[in-house]
Amino acid sequence: MSLLRGPPGRLKVTVLLFASYRELVGAESLTVSLPRSTTVGTLLAELRRRGGGWARLPTAPAVAVNRSYSRDATELADGDEVALIPPVAGG
Amino acid sequence: MTIPVASTVRHRAEVGEQRGVRAEMPWWEVTAAPIDPAVLRRRVEGPGNGAVSLFLGVVRNVNEGRRVRAVEYEAYGEMASEELGRIVAEAAAVAGTDQVAAVHRVGRLGVGEASMAVAVSSPHRADAFAGARHVIEEIKRRLPIWKREHYVDGRSEWLSGTDPTTAAARAPEAPS
Repeated sequence: MSLLRGPPGRLKVTVLLFASYRELVGAESLTVSLPRSTTVGTLLAELRRRGGGWARLPTAPAVAVNRSYSRDATELADGDEVALIPPVAGG
Repeated sequence: MTIPVASTVRHRAEVGEQRGVRAEMPWWEVTAAPIDPAVLRRRVEGPGNGAVSLFLGVVRNVNEGRRVRAVEYEAYGEMASEELGRIVAEAAAVAGTDQVAAVHRVGRLGVGEASMAVAVSSPHRADAFAGARHVIEEIKRRLPIWKREHYVDGRSEWLSGTDPTTAAARAPEAPS
């Protein structure tokens, strides 16, 4: 059964966490139900309100929506994959 | 409120193994397998090419005065593969050739092991150097990969890195 389709008027997104953010929050993946027309910035604010490790995330972490870097104003769609991206250190 | 945690970890799957070896160029891969520079170099061979630029990023034994025993690389697997694909396509435009091959490793690496490699071949050296340089610089700037250093004293730490969205704002427009 898919968890990725929300009821009418709501949308569900998958939030992914990596590396230091994953350890800070204590989760690597969760689904979040949101009102329609929610932006990336609103989602981040809602996550920070959960307190604990969420509140210790940077106020403006880099975000990727469906595997492309995105901006706070981006409007989310049902089933989107939203990744919080710590400062990258590849190479 | 309870936070439901999804049962899948597919975003950290080893994407390289699914991709397999392809004849099409450019070629790229994010993989847990050790990097063989000779194999990468052979991927960009061509009789008209007088230059092959091969660059390796290697785990070193010290960072900011601390003795390093190993480095653990974690990737957002699916996105890292997609983004590396975009980077090698840009490098192909920079170098004016599709003979570009790049690989980045994930998992735990010991001192001296290659964490990434890029090979570019072209008729002349300037294009080969420029293409390889583009790949390593863009990997550092925006590939969603993180590294945790394990020190000889037993401690370990995620390295601070680059905010890819801030860096993107400063970067020149990528070739389309």
